[in-house]
Amino acid sequence: MMSDLHELLYELKKREDFEIKVNVKPAIKLPAGLNKKLIYEISEAKNEPAWMTEHRIKSFEIFEKWHEPDWGVSREELDLSKIVPYVKPNAKKTTTWEEVPEEIKQAFDKLGIPEAERKYLAGVGAQFDSEMIYKNIKEELKKLGVIFTDIETAVREYPDLVKEYFMKLVPPTDNKYAALHGALWSGGTFLYVPKGVKVPLPLQSYFLFGNPGGGQFEHTVIIADEGSEVTYIEGCTAPKYDVVNLHVGTVEVYVKKGAKMKYLTMQNWSKNMFNLEIKRAIAEDDAVMTWVSGSFGSYKTMVYPATILKGDNSVSENVSISFAGPGQHIDTGSKVIHIGKNTRSTVDARSISIGGGWSFYRGLLKIMESAKGSKASVSCTGLMIDNKSKSDTVPIIEVYNTDSDVGHEAKIGRIKDEQIFYLMSRGLSELEAKGLIVKGFIQPVVQELPFEYAIELNRLVDMEIESSIG
Amino acid sequence: MLLQVKDLVAKLRDEEKVILKGVNLEIGAGEVHAIMGPNGSGKSTLANVIMGNPKYEVISGDILFEGESILDLRTDKRAQKGIMMTFQNPYEIEGVKLDQLLLIAYRKLHGEDKTFFQLDKEMKALLNEVGLPSEFLERFVNLGFSGGERKKGEILQARFLKPKLLILDEIDSGLDVDALRIVAEQINKLKEEGTSLLIITHYARILNYLDVDKVHVYVDGKVALTGDKSLAYEVEETGYAIVNGSTNTNSSK
Repeated sequence: MMSDLHELLYELKKREDFEIKVNVKPAIKLPAGLNKKLIYEISEAKNEPAWMTEHRIKSFEIFEKWHEPDWGVSREELDLSKIVPYVKPNAKKTTTWEEVPEEIKQAFDKLGIPEAERKYLAGVGAQFDSEMIYKNIKEELKKLGVIFTDIETAVREYPDLVKEYFMKLVPPTDNKYAALHGALWSGGTFLYVPKGVKVPLPLQSYFLFGNPGGGQFEHTVIIADEGSEVTYIEGCTAPKYDVVNLHVGTVEVYVKKGAKMKYLTMQNWSKNMFNLEIKRAIAEDDAVMTWVSGSFGSYKTMVYPATILKGDNSVSENVSISFAGPGQHIDTGSKVIHIGKNTRSTVDARSISIGGGWSFYRGLLKIMESAKGSKASVSCTGLMIDNKSKSDTVPIIEVYNTDSDVGHEAKIGRIKDEQIFYLMSRGLSELEAKGLIVKGFIQPVVQELPFEYAIELNRLVDMEIESSIG
Repeated sequence: MLLQVKDLVAKLRDEEKVILKGVNLEIGAGEVHAIMGPNGSGKSTLANVIMGNPKYEVISGDILFEGESILDLRTDKRAQKGIMMTFQNPYEIEGVKLDQLLLIAYRKLHGEDKTFFQLDKEMKALLNEVGLPSEFLERFVNLGFSGGERKKGEILQARFLKPKLLILDEIDSGLDVDALRIVAEQINKLKEEGTSLLIITHYARILNYLDVDKVHVYVDGKVALTGDKSLAYEVEETGYAIVNGSTNTNSSK
């Protein structure tokens, strides 16, 4: 059976791309630079309890002491003293789109968020600059005890849950940017799914950047309690500015006994963004954690979604596609640590480099001595569209017991001239032929996505290829 | 005249050796031509050069399609004019389903003249005709196809995309009798629907099933002999030695 997807793709190809421009005066825009006074101001603007203020200050002290990581993308052009760490939008937090200021609403309209919410999402959050301006969840899920809110609200309304989980999996001591995040975090998602609750539709948060030179430091905590199931989608976008922007988001996912969590990311930051993220999940007995990541945008990216398979029989799946176009350096990889017995993991990482872009796969698979009878496979594939581009893979595998089964495959390839000729003989232009081959290459990721996102991903591929070689 | 190949001389772009050494060929609308020749004589090169494979370079001569030179056109533009070729070893495109390729190609070649549902129906009907299972359209283009499936897939694409001129590059090689008969039936249907055909082959056996207007014997980069279907059987009997001494051909001008 042929799906309508192909037809829709064809329709979308013809559609003009939109451009998001947002011109809204913020309510608060703190000056650039990093100092304790500024951190107190952020905490005060958020009207935080003392324990959170302390957390920020402690994190900042750690940040000041920590050294820069000596690997990954070059951060020479990133001057932290020039980043504006907190921009509060002139908008109240609301649960209806009617109350969102018109200009901001228009931007989200263009991204199709309110429409998506009506059609196929269980709940939506929307962040503009440093704050969540919209968060809504279907009434029936609320009744089942699902909590879907921003961290600020969670700090006030569920302080015990926040204290138990916030920055416990990614502590400020983890690395310099985790510490920076601990000091400056703002906005993001707090999602709690109670025991046994299966959320039938995905929940989504969308992050939009509206200010040149700004930094976004949203924090996401997800707790999938025992036997629950949930899919969460994170989307990011921003208009391009001629100054550097910074995104240091942190995600912590707790997958309890027998729960299933799927975390999807569609990252399409503008090409002036330093995107330095930390994503980590911990899975207990029989739990399943799935990361699906699409990295398209940003100037330079470092992100390595990690799963700690702590519980016996727990499972980690990691599917990713990264796209490095002209000037971009995308440094990504999956990390899986097997601790529990009979744990299983798969990594399918694909990267595309085009027009001088640089894709770097940096992954870690670690099977501890305790993880008897575990099974893991890592596959990383790079596709280079031209000779200017670069692709590297450094998959590190460490196995500390003798009865685990580990498979590994790494491949770097190019599009063959014969394939292009074959497709051109069917009437496709060279660009369309390359686009189709690339879409085929990322198909394993696309099939993991809900229909509408699959279309969006394919549309992004077309745009990226066109702008890179068109 | 649909296709006119005039004194065509061509070589591989990266090599010195000339492969096509002055090919002349004319195919009228609705005609079926067969080209027979020994291995390594450059038959496939002719197909590739007509289709515009950038691997090859035309040194002299011309190719006219519907009276206009197509030498400056890229492969996709030639396809859009109505030229198509099937490949001896069609390439694998991982992750791209056959129906996806068919649909995109159809829209490129014929635009919006049919709805998605009409096209979907046509694809399935054709699938049935060539005797392929319904999940075939869902498979990735040529990936893991058997030899017979590849050839059937190619001919199915041709039926669906309805070119004005179809060049079949050894569509019959590696086919068993049943598959050969099916492919030949499809070639006849293409002809009925108005497609002109240039069949490149080693063997006369596929021609048993076909109405062929002209048979060309192609040796050492040139069309050496042209005749009717009986020429194919003569070649099969006596081998390509038939060319030696036969100077009264209509291709030497």
